[in-house]
Amino acid sequence: MTMQASSVTLPAVTFEDVHKHFGTFQALDGIDLTVRRGERIVVFGPSGSGKSTLIRCINGLEDFQRGRIMVGDIPVDHRLGTVPLIRRKVGMVFQQFNLFPHLSIIENCTVGLVMTRGMSEQQARAWAIEFLVRVRVGDQAHKYPSELSGGQQQRVAIARALCLQPEVMLFDEPTSSLDPEMVKEVLDVMEELADSGITMICVTHEMGFARAVADRMVFMDHGRILHDEVPDVIFNQPRTGRLKEFFSHVSASA
Amino acid sequence: MAQQHVMSAAQPRGRSLKQAARGVFKGLFGTPTNIVLTLIIGALLVMIVPTIFRWTILDSVWGNVGREACAQASGACWAFIAAKARLIVFGRYPYDDQWRALLAMVIFLGAMAFSADWRRWRRPHAGRTLAIVWLIALPACAVLMTGGVFGLRYVEIDRWSGLPLTLMLSAFGILFALLFSILLALGRQSKLPVVRWICIAYIELIRGVPLISILFMAALMLPIILPDELVVSKILRAQIAFIMFFAAYMAEVLRGGLQAIGKGQYEAADTIGLTYWQGMRRIILPQVLRLTIPSLVNIFISAFKDTSLVVIISMHDLLGTTNAAIIDPEWLGIYVEAYVFTAMIYFLFCGGISWYSQSLERHLKSGGARR
Repeated sequence: MTMQASSVTLPAVTFEDVHKHFGTFQALDGIDLTVRRGERIVVFGPSGSGKSTLIRCINGLEDFQRGRIMVGDIPVDHRLGTVPLIRRKVGMVFQQFNLFPHLSIIENCTVGLVMTRGMSEQQARAWAIEFLVRVRVGDQAHKYPSELSGGQQQRVAIARALCLQPEVMLFDEPTSSLDPEMVKEVLDVMEELADSGITMICVTHEMGFARAVADRMVFMDHGRILHDEVPDVIFNQPRTGRLKEFFSHVSASA
Repeated sequence: MAQQHVMSAAQPRGRSLKQAARGVFKGLFGTPTNIVLTLIIGALLVMIVPTIFRWTILDSVWGNVGREACAQASGACWAFIAAKARLIVFGRYPYDDQWRALLAMVIFLGAMAFSADWRRWRRPHAGRTLAIVWLIALPACAVLMTGGVFGLRYVEIDRWSGLPLTLMLSAFGILFALLFSILLALGRQSKLPVVRWICIAYIELIRGVPLISILFMAALMLPIILPDELVVSKILRAQIAFIMFFAAYMAEVLRGGLQAIGKGQYEAADTIGLTYWQGMRRIILPQVLRLTIPSLVNIFISAFKDTSLVVIISMHDLLGTTNAAIIDPEWLGIYVEAYVFTAMIYFLFCGGISWYSQSLERHLKSGGARR
């Protein structure tokens, strides 16, 4: 792929009038969203509002029926077969970690490097260990996922995605299945990552994290984007309608 | 009773003899149920054990001493086994060349033992080492069994029988059935309706038909249906029949295993950029195989024993050669010994498979890889 002059300013991810439904349930109902390079977006909203579906459409885990999603200059399109290209550029962290239980921590990271980046096992290990150190699980490299705490597992999952050097990182409620005392260690790693300049799209209810790192906050309800503002506006403007209702439910953490 | 055993096993190793005796006594007579069970089992043992002991050891005839020696004895006539062991093990394979079949079996089982050692799997170039071992072992076995080169006499494939035949049919049957069943299980989950329906139809058809009729089809019908050039030897047809039959069963076991793997594993494999086959090979199938070891081994063991059904298409596997041995008029009336001998051989192999699979499971559960 040639480096176009415009690619520097090209958005990282764009949604144009994206619609998706599961049967009769409208999961995404006309989404328009532009995420610039290096931007950190927090997506939030009540459950069933389509936040997870939104980010899962970006790397092709979900297909959509209408509209267009672009990652850089590549359209996300199962029929055009661009999804493998997209997945080279986009990393993802899941709510349930989804580490591979039969592989050691280091192998969880190297398997992608060896299979998709053509590295030798040795090169991959040397490469991956740096990322494990960065998320502070370097000393656990030879254990298996079941021997680690939830917080440690989630940090491994972040390292596993990062070592493939994605341009965009997607986080799907990364702290929602963690015990409260482990939430911070994961959020700390995510904040450090935010400082590194990578494009991040996070579905999360951690309002403290959003306030600290988000460039923009996207509030969703019923498959629509109702608000797309800087955190300052979201937190400090008088709230109305659904947003007000939502915050009244999560007021403790907001 | 089981509870009592657990309790006594949980005690520290360095306990006194007295404590141990007390533990055993409690286990045997601790509760009314235990007393009743102990008495019943004790009575059965008293009835059975002496009889068996007398028949197999005390009153039996040992050594290659001929039929007459057995005439007076009331116990087992092991002289029969001494005289017929080679016929039972090697069957119609030429007598003077049976060392070749023996050597082939030793090489084959040696290569199996070499491959079965899981400590080797994690070493660098493990795949290459195993490939080299088999690329040497299999041709060596083939040359030894068939001959025709290196001054070895040519032996027709139809004369292969006994234990070598049983081992060949079951080992290749199990291995290729497993590989085929993986394709069937994946095909059954395919998004492509045609692939899915073909796999379902295949599995249901094969599972709905007895193995005997599939063997009959392979042995008798295929030569009639197919043009002559396409008809392969009877052994190979039987081999293919076994593979086709057991693959259908294994595919269903694997399907259960595939369903037990969470959606998250597939998605994680997808998002790190693995293709479908890469994800299957490195992420999904290793977990599926681990989950399904007990059920797969169950099929392996029944496959090993079911190879004896080739008798009905007049091939002589281990059970077939045993039947051939007992019809010798000189040894008329002696057959229990032969079946005991053959049963022991079957038991050794099935027990070996079972023992290995259990230790493999333990290994995978402990240090090897946790869930």
